Amino acid sequence: MTNKNIIEVENLVKKFGKFTANDQLSFNVKKGEILGFLGANGAGKTTAIKILCGISAPTSGKVSVAGFDAVKHPERIKQNIGYMSQKFSLYDDLTISENFRFFGGIYGLSRKQIRQRTGELLQRLDLYDYRNRILRSLPLGWKQKLAFSVAIMHDPQVVFLDEPTSGVDPITRRQFWELIYEASEEGKTIFVTTHYMDEAEYCDTVSMMVAGQIRAFGKPRELKEEYDVASINNLFIKLARN
Amino acid sequence: MRTIGFLIQKEFIQIFRNKTLLPLIFAVPILQLVILVNAATLEMKKIDMTVVDKDMTSTSRQLIQKFDGSPFYQVDKARFSVKNAEADLKDNTADIVIHIPHGFEDDLLDEKEADVQFLINAINNTAAGLINAYTTSIISDYNNKILAEQIGKKFELPVEINYRYFFNTQLDYNIYMLPGILVILVTIIGMFLTALNIVREKELGTIEQLNVTPIKKYQFIIGKMLPFMVIALFELAFGLVIGHLFFNLPMEGSYAVLFLFTLVYLLVALGFGLFLSAISNSQQQVMFVMFFFMLTFILMSGIFTPTESMPEWAQTVNVINPFAYFMKVIRMIILKGSGLADIRHEIYSMLIYALIILSLAIWRYRKVA
Repeated sequence: MTNKNIIEVENLVKKFGKFTANDQLSFNVKKGEILGFLGANGAGKTTAIKILCGISAPTSGKVSVAGFDAVKHPERIKQNIGYMSQKFSLYDDLTISENFRFFGGIYGLSRKQIRQRTGELLQRLDLYDYRNRILRSLPLGWKQKLAFSVAIMHDPQVVFLDEPTSGVDPITRRQFWELIYEASEEGKTIFVTTHYMDEAEYCDTVSMMVAGQIRAFGKPRELKEEYDVASINNLFIKLARN
Repeated sequence: MRTIGFLIQKEFIQIFRNKTLLPLIFAVPILQLVILVNAATLEMKKIDMTVVDKDMTSTSRQLIQKFDGSPFYQVDKARFSVKNAEADLKDNTADIVIHIPHGFEDDLLDEKEADVQFLINAINNTAAGLINAYTTSIISDYNNKILAEQIGKKFELPVEINYRYFFNTQLDYNIYMLPGILVILVTIIGMFLTALNIVREKELGTIEQLNVTPIKKYQFIIGKMLPFMVIALFELAFGLVIGHLFFNLPMEGSYAVLFLFTLVYLLVALGFGLFLSAISNSQQQVMFVMFFFMLTFILMSGIFTPTESMPEWAQTVNVINPFAYFMKVIRMIILKGSGLADIRHEIYSMLIYALIILSLAIWRYRKVA
C-alpha cells in the first residue's frame, strides 16, 4: 500500500438551512484502503458521500478526490469514481448486458472494452449465462452485485458504496465483501457505509459519525483498544449513546 | 456524440419494451382522429322540429314540407298550442318550434305578407345560431319561390349573393378539425413523454446514477429529446396517413415545410416537457401541472373557435401559447398551401420561444442529487 492520499477532506461543512448535516469533517483516505464509514441513520453519511461524489456542493471546506477539487472540478471527479447508491439504481427494464453497455458507454469505454469488461465482470459473478435477462426478474442479491460491477466497470480509482449490503442474505453479503477485497487488491480505494458492524471489522479504517461529526477515526483494532471495547458494535453503541 | 448515442439507444429499448406505451403510441392517434374528427363537429345534422300549424292549409303544409324535405331537419311532432310545443323545448325533445298562425294562407294571398314564428332552443348558443342560419336560408328560399310564382319566370333579385368558399370549398368540417387534432396529438405525445420519462428516472433513482457519471448536461438533454422528437414526428406522419386514407384530407402545401415547422415547434413543446420535469419531483406533479396548461392552451389555441374573435387580452396571451402557432400554421400549409415565406414569422417566433424555454430547462436541470 502506498502512502498517497486519494481522498482529502478538510473542515467540510454542509448545512441545510439551520440544520448542520456535516460538521467540520476532516479525514484522509489512502490509495487502496477500505474505509468503513459508520454512523446511525441520519448521522450525515449519505450527505458526505454525495459531496465527495460531486453531486452536492459543500457549504464550506476543502474536498479533494482522486486529485480533483470537488467544488471546482466535480465532473473530473466523476470520471474517476464509481458510485452505488442506497437505492438500487440500474435500469430494471433493461437486460444485464444492456445496463453494462449503457453505463460503459456513458463512461466513454469503447465497444470492445465494453464487451471485454462485461464478460470479465459477469464471469466473476457467475452470471454470464444470465446476461440477456431483464433485471426486474432477478433476486436483490444479484442486483446488488451487478450494481457494484457496473460501478467498477470503468476502472475507477475510488468506489463509493452507500449501504450496498442492506437487505441482502448473509451468504451474498460474504460474496459481496469478497468483491470489495478483490477491488481493493487491484488498487481501488473503497468508501463504504454499512449498518452491519461485523462488516466494519473487515475494513482497514473505520470512521464513526455521530450527529454530523466524526467521533472516532482509525484502524478497527486500535479503536477497540483506545475505547476499551470488545467489538466495533460495542464502540458504535458507546459513541452513538453519548 | 457517442454518449448521446448510448443514451438514445437505451431510451428506444425502454420505449419499445414498454407494454403500455407502445400500443398507446399507435392507438391514440387512430382513436383521437376517428372519434374526435367525427364527434367534434359544428354541423347540425338532425334538427328536431315541432310543428304548431294553426292554419292547416295547403300553403302551411307546403312550408312544413320545405323543412321536412331538408336533410338537416326532422319534423317529429305536431302540437296544437304553442304552450305544448314549448314543453318539447323544455324537455329537450325539440330544437326548434315552427308556429304558423291561423290565417297564414289568407294573409299571404290577400296582403302578400304573412308572419311565421320560430322558437329556438338556445342552451347551446352556437347550435342555436346555426339553426337560425339554416332556417333563415330555407325561408328565404321559400320566399323566392313564392315571388317567382307571383311575378313570373323572369324574376330575379336585384343583388344576388353568390358565395365561393376558398381553401375549404365544401366547408367540410372534418378538414378543418383534423389538422387541429393532429396538433394536439403531436404535442401531447412529445411533451408528456419527455416530461414523464425524466421524472420517472427521478422517482426510480436512476437519475442519481446518471448524475455521478461524467455525462454532460447537453448530452443528457439531447439524448432525452431526440427519441421523443422522432416519435412525435412519426406520430404526425401516421396521423396524416390516416387523414388522407379515411377523411380525404387534402395537402395543398409541401410536406417538407410542414415537417420543418413541426421540428421547430417540437423544440418548444419538448422544451416545456424538459422544464417541467426539471422543476417536478413526481409523475403526479407533472401530470397535474401539464393537465392545467394543456387544457388552457388547447381551448385558447383556436381549435374550435377562431382566435381572431377572442378578446384582445386573450389574443395577447396566445403569444405564449405554442398550440396557437402550430394550429394556425398547420391549417395554412395543409388547406391553403402556404410556403416557407408565408409562415416565416411563426418560424422565427418558435425559434425564439425554443431558445427561451430550452435555456430555462437547461438552467433548471442540475446534475445534483
